[in-house]
Amino acid sequence: MLLKLKVNNAVMTVDVSPDTPLLWVLRDVLDLKGAKYGCGIGRCGACTVLLGGRAVRSCMTEVGDVGESAITTIEGLSPDGLHPVQAAWEALDVPQCGYCQAGQILAATALLEKTPHPTDAEIDAAMSGNICRCGTYTRIRQAIHEAAAAGAPARNQ
Amino acid sequence: MSMNRRSFLQLTALAGGGLALGLYHSPLARGQEAAEGDLKPQAFIQIAPDGKVTIMARASESGQGMRNMLPMLIAEELDVDWKDVRVQQAELNEKVYGQQFSGGSMNTPVGWEPMRRVGAAGRLLLITAAAQTWGVAAAECTAAHGRVAHAGSGRSAGYGELAAKAAALPAPVLSSVKLKDPKEYRIIGHSQKGVDTHAIVTGKAQFGIDVTLPGMLYATIEKAPVFAGKVKSANTEEVAKLAGVRHVLVIEGGITPAAFTPWEPGMEPGIAVVADTWWQAQAARKRLKVDWELGPAATQSSEGFRKRTAELLLAPPAKTLRQYGDVDGALKSSAKVVEATYEYPFIAHVTMEPQGATAHWKDGKLEMWSTSTLPGNGRALVAKTLGIQESDITTHMVRAGGSFGRRLQNDYLVEAAWIAKRVDAPVKLLWSREDDIQHDPFRPGGTVGLKGGVDAQGKLTAWRHHLVSYGDDNHMTSGGGIGRDSYPAGFPPAYAIYTSAQPLMLRTGAQRAPGDNAYCWVAQSFLDELAHAAGRDPLEFQLELLSNKLAPWSAGEKDPVGDHEPSGQDVLIPERFKGVLELVAEKSGWAKRRKEPGRGMGIAAWFCHLGYFAEVADVSVNEENQVTVNQVWAAGDVGSQIINPAAAESMGQGGIMEGLSHMSQEITLVDGRIEQSNFHNHPLMRMRQVPKIEVYWRKTDYAPTGLGEPTLPPILPAVTNAIFAATGKRVRTLPLKRSGFSWA
Repeated sequence: MLLKLKVNNAVMTVDVSPDTPLLWVLRDVLDLKGAKYGCGIGRCGACTVLLGGRAVRSCMTEVGDVGESAITTIEGLSPDGLHPVQAAWEALDVPQCGYCQAGQILAATALLEKTPHPTDAEIDAAMSGNICRCGTYTRIRQAIHEAAAAGAPARNQ
Repeated sequence: MSMNRRSFLQLTALAGGGLALGLYHSPLARGQEAAEGDLKPQAFIQIAPDGKVTIMARASESGQGMRNMLPMLIAEELDVDWKDVRVQQAELNEKVYGQQFSGGSMNTPVGWEPMRRVGAAGRLLLITAAAQTWGVAAAECTAAHGRVAHAGSGRSAGYGELAAKAAALPAPVLSSVKLKDPKEYRIIGHSQKGVDTHAIVTGKAQFGIDVTLPGMLYATIEKAPVFAGKVKSANTEEVAKLAGVRHVLVIEGGITPAAFTPWEPGMEPGIAVVADTWWQAQAARKRLKVDWELGPAATQSSEGFRKRTAELLLAPPAKTLRQYGDVDGALKSSAKVVEATYEYPFIAHVTMEPQGATAHWKDGKLEMWSTSTLPGNGRALVAKTLGIQESDITTHMVRAGGSFGRRLQNDYLVEAAWIAKRVDAPVKLLWSREDDIQHDPFRPGGTVGLKGGVDAQGKLTAWRHHLVSYGDDNHMTSGGGIGRDSYPAGFPPAYAIYTSAQPLMLRTGAQRAPGDNAYCWVAQSFLDELAHAAGRDPLEFQLELLSNKLAPWSAGEKDPVGDHEPSGQDVLIPERFKGVLELVAEKSGWAKRRKEPGRGMGIAAWFCHLGYFAEVADVSVNEENQVTVNQVWAAGDVGSQIINPAAAESMGQGGIMEGLSHMSQEITLVDGRIEQSNFHNHPLMRMRQVPKIEVYWRKTDYAPTGLGEPTLPPILPAVTNAIFAATGKRVRTLPLKRSGFSWA
């Protein structure tokens, strides 16, 4: 089935079964490999993308349900990799293995858009759906505070 | 123009990674490269005419920072600026690069000396080239910031201008090159951002799962719900007709279930579904109807294991690993005797990236994209399974989304290669998370019966340790063995360590700090029990114990020596163990800790993989027995130099987070079937559960050693000892829920 998707500010047409999870359409049809497969049941957050600015688990989102909503993946968060959240992540050298970090960054971006200066409790609430197996949480929290201090603006849209 | 790389062909073969686990504690592994052949600087360093320097990262990278650490050692001695260095991942070629596996926290001790010598040899070649060009003495030339200068004549040249000439010179003997005084370090000891960090935060880093080749197909494998169960029959023809499906292949497998399941036991049977996309392969797989011959492993259950363990604990131990002093006599004459049984479960690795690999079979040659951390062994296994020569295999080493010991085994790589040989296209195999948990080479569970005594002065009199785990009469299952000198061996006046085993038909293997991730918890918890029985402060009790070594190591005494000579470090050095305990006590305010109901602090330390860590946890326990870890202090001694400080701190925090995760995980079996399947029932710590973690270093005059493993073990007993301090209840069974506790 032909579907039109708005991905990273471009309209793309894909020919897939509408019950295919968005994650696999992004990764294996559109070759956007930033979103990762971690659990397939929405329990780890490695597949997190923004859908209309909200952080969603793309492994649980059927592509047929996306409709007109704008999809932002890590590849489209900024043209230059310098979105304040990315910049904070880089400055603090957050990643170890790095596999979960695209999901973490997008979840943090969605948090900061709604709550520009989150408390630790607000970070806990927003980020506890994203597992980091390497345990880089301390730096993730620090990076969110730094991005907030730098005035992380809205997504690059 | 890059340096002439043809000179590699003269090199002698170095030992492959296949022996890796056997070498964990062997000093041979560390002296090996110098003994067996010199590494050539040209293999690791390429300098372009414009002065851009490329340094090869030889080891596999799964998040431990090996693409930084080893190249930093080279760059330091080469005297280039780190910002001018491009790091490139080497392909698998251990004849050229030496050891390329990452495991056992061995890359630092193994790489520390040879990698610096490679850099220094490169610098020497460039200086020699400059001196010859200018007709001056090499000794009058100096190198810095990627340039050679001759002060006398005021001449200088960039490395790029000298590279072609340097490449034509004979490589110096590595052992003869001069290394810098550590006081001159400009890269080592200074935090250098991960070479892949920018790519990671922009989604451009390539992990194993991201490898894509033109015309590539995707594979998934349905395996029996029971270990090594075989396919009797299946509706393969029907599934082959489903949308996108190209092949449905029955894997006969090569495992014969037995009491002892060895490391890399062979291919598991199953059915591979190969399709145009992974989702199609996965959807088709769900339509498989398989009649399995489950085989003998279907009789296994956690309940059965527990019953047999209880019998073995009461029976005379099967093996005596070590015994000195009169343990029974010492216990009899002790003022107090404590007896306890500690039990820890099987757990799975759950790397964030599930297992998988990409392979392409073409014209009798195989090309593989591997996330293995033991890639040499992977290639050997693939060659054996496919009946081809290792020389017909090219292995690209791709960044892995975590390993923690999992990717030391190469089952997924063998599977991908096996499928690739049967399909006329490149193929990417990816396991689902459920596959990943249920077919993991688990950290084996175990139960330890302990008896210990203290005398009227509050000193430890005897320690009796009976580990009941899995295996046959001759072997403990992989990742389940214990050493003869397991701490506190050597310190109490009488000590005995025994093992018994029951059969296990399951894959097991090393998980971060293998063995130590369980034994530290057991020993440091029981020491805490004994300290309390003696009415002593646990820190003071342990420091006193460490001050009086009464028996030699079973392998004989070694003379610990200083920097650049790591031999002798693979036995516990009491001063270092005490040093980290004292440092963590100071940083955590142990002596002045508050004692209040529902809140407590616990302390523990361990020596493993050549490193020493002591940790203190401050926990709160609420009325529902929910545990919050408020803060953790860690003190580590991994020698004279922290090579990449920010990464080292992160590794310390990560090891602690992993240890906390272990405390809520378990793998259980019913009728041979694994009950856990995903993160909802095999959990990991989450953001809301993260304590404040401070990591401190005690620098000592020993050669630097690794950080992958030793940060982990002490956190488990630090937390359970803190739970005891808070509640008076002793956690003797993990996961926490089996002792009536849970994470808040």
